[in-house]
Amino acid sequence: MTALSLRGLEKSFSGNPILKGVSFDAGPGEFIALVGPSGCGKSTLLRILAGLEGADAGEIMLGDRDLLPVPAADRNIAMVFQSYALYPHLTAAQNIAVPLVMRKLTRAQRLPLIGPLMPGQRKAVAAIKRDVREMAVSLKIDHLLDRKPGQMSGGQRQRVALGRAMVRRPSVFLMDEPLSNLDANLRVHARGEIVELHRRAGVPTLYVTHDQAEALSMADRVAVMIGGSLLQLASPQVIYDDPAHIEVARFIGQPRINLFPSQVGADGTIGFGDIRVGLHRETVPAGASVTIGIRPEFIRVSRSGQQGLPARIDRIEFLGSEIILYCRLDAIGEPAVVKLSPAEGDGLAAGMPVRLDFSAGHLFVFAENGRRLPSTPVDAPASLETAHG
Amino acid sequence: MNASAFTLGRAVRLSILIFGAVIFLAPYVFMISTAGKAQSDIFSSSLSLIPQHWSYVANFTKALTRVSMTTLLWNGVVVCALIFVFQVMIAIPCAYAMAKLKFRAARLMMVLVMLGLLVPIHATALPLYVAFDRLAVLNSYFALVAPFTISVFGIFLFLQFFRAIPDDLIHAARLDGMSELGIIGRVIVPNAWPAITAFAIFSVVAHWNDLYWPLIVVSNQAYATPPLGLLYFRAAEAGDDYGALMAATLIITTPLVAAFLLAQKRFVEGITMTGLKG
Repeated sequence: MTALSLRGLEKSFSGNPILKGVSFDAGPGEFIALVGPSGCGKSTLLRILAGLEGADAGEIMLGDRDLLPVPAADRNIAMVFQSYALYPHLTAAQNIAVPLVMRKLTRAQRLPLIGPLMPGQRKAVAAIKRDVREMAVSLKIDHLLDRKPGQMSGGQRQRVALGRAMVRRPSVFLMDEPLSNLDANLRVHARGEIVELHRRAGVPTLYVTHDQAEALSMADRVAVMIGGSLLQLASPQVIYDDPAHIEVARFIGQPRINLFPSQVGADGTIGFGDIRVGLHRETVPAGASVTIGIRPEFIRVSRSGQQGLPARIDRIEFLGSEIILYCRLDAIGEPAVVKLSPAEGDGLAAGMPVRLDFSAGHLFVFAENGRRLPSTPVDAPASLETAHG
Repeated sequence: MNASAFTLGRAVRLSILIFGAVIFLAPYVFMISTAGKAQSDIFSSSLSLIPQHWSYVANFTKALTRVSMTTLLWNGVVVCALIFVFQVMIAIPCAYAMAKLKFRAARLMMVLVMLGLLVPIHATALPLYVAFDRLAVLNSYFALVAPFTISVFGIFLFLQFFRAIPDDLIHAARLDGMSELGIIGRVIVPNAWPAITAFAIFSVVAHWNDLYWPLIVVSNQAYATPPLGLLYFRAAEAGDDYGALMAATLIITTPLVAAFLLAQKRFVEGITMTGLKG
């Protein structure tokens, strides 16, 4: 069942295409993280969903209602902004109350001076106050309700912004990098809280971020957007272990994936050092250029022996729980990054010659246009279907 | 740190400032002094600041009785208030639209605003006068107020201010369910008080002191603004009675001086904020 469905959304600004036909579905209560480098169109997509920006083509269906012709105020979509966008002249309580005041009170009831004289106003205002207090208690900001945004810390403001977005029980929840203005410690803590809040609210949530750690750790599914196109939408594990496009592989993963140029051999396999991988379900002409990718944790280092490609260590980074080696392959002069446990890295030093052993089962092959080509090590044809079927 | 230490540079700076202040204050001080002098003092050959015969009571009585000072002040208040209210009511939505909404005529409007800033009232005075005469609306509050209700200066000032308001705030307001007018009333205006105060000072000072336009459209004393009233007072009533004239002037300038002293801090803020001089 889908709650929110986007079909072929297109948008360009003065001739520059920003969104090139983005389509996806979100289930009810699903948390989708939209990641991508800055300028990839993810914030534009969010603004179109919110109704702050029009789309050139496509449709947005919420249930069976087309949202595009509906003005922002009537979409019942809530959004948390990167800057929080709290009203600076209102207290936290008033900020949280604004969406309720605009929806639950009639135009006449909202008027200053005359409003309180309207029938039913007192009751409605009391109900709003109660809702605001409940929301504040659940976000643990009830002691801040009388403060203005200027008197609050970043974390507190962020909670007020969350409260303002959630208090009216929206049917879709959008977040535009809500954690990027917090310091690193608070950010990790706030991740868990947002996931918890989302679980309680149970509405589809779109979370825009450029931080892959946030996307992978929080979301049910991760959507990778690059250059205005949605390249892959899948669970965090699939995004990491089975990227569909070279850009996805390049963007997700820290340190970045190693990419090496290669060519398809005469027998249709691809060789890299002493490893050969075969393509399956796809045929690529012999001699075509491809790119081989392998994540840094799937390269093993040996100081001697015949296994692997000879390389030299340029630089070593010690990160506590892991060690990052920056090496250069002797044969082709390309850099290679290796992630090791501190035990494995013991005794290594910059300038040392080593051999890098690539685990063939974890090689990705990408076509020239960036698309992933299903591949399997030639030596182990049995694992062919299970690995990438 | 010793604040009272007088270095040479500090002494020079202070004396220059004091000299400037004396030059600017001198006419006003002289006015206060003259307002208390009898006719014989004023035309005596010696120049003294302290009146020899204290005539404040006599001069102020004359000033208050010979022309209807309350009418003048009331007219001044009504005209300034009406002008200011209409200017704000027109300039704020206009500046908001130009700063935050995307529409096709935005560039054209910007050009028109710039053009409006360049054209002085003296250029449009004659056509306006003829039009008001044909409409038979000379000698009315309408004639005094109408030409100033659209203040391009106000639009420009608010435009600069609104551009600094983050777009996200406007977006959040839209998502919270506000109409564009609701955004102006609930988000823009409450956050624009510094700009509104600054503009109020510019507008009120300019129109309270304006003689040019009232002189053109008003010939009936009942609609005279304070500066115009002074003119009548001098021409018809006082003749060469400068003591009474200065007393009347004192009465008319007092509200602005008092307002300035009360809002001195804001006034300075306003000028620094807009980067403009009045």
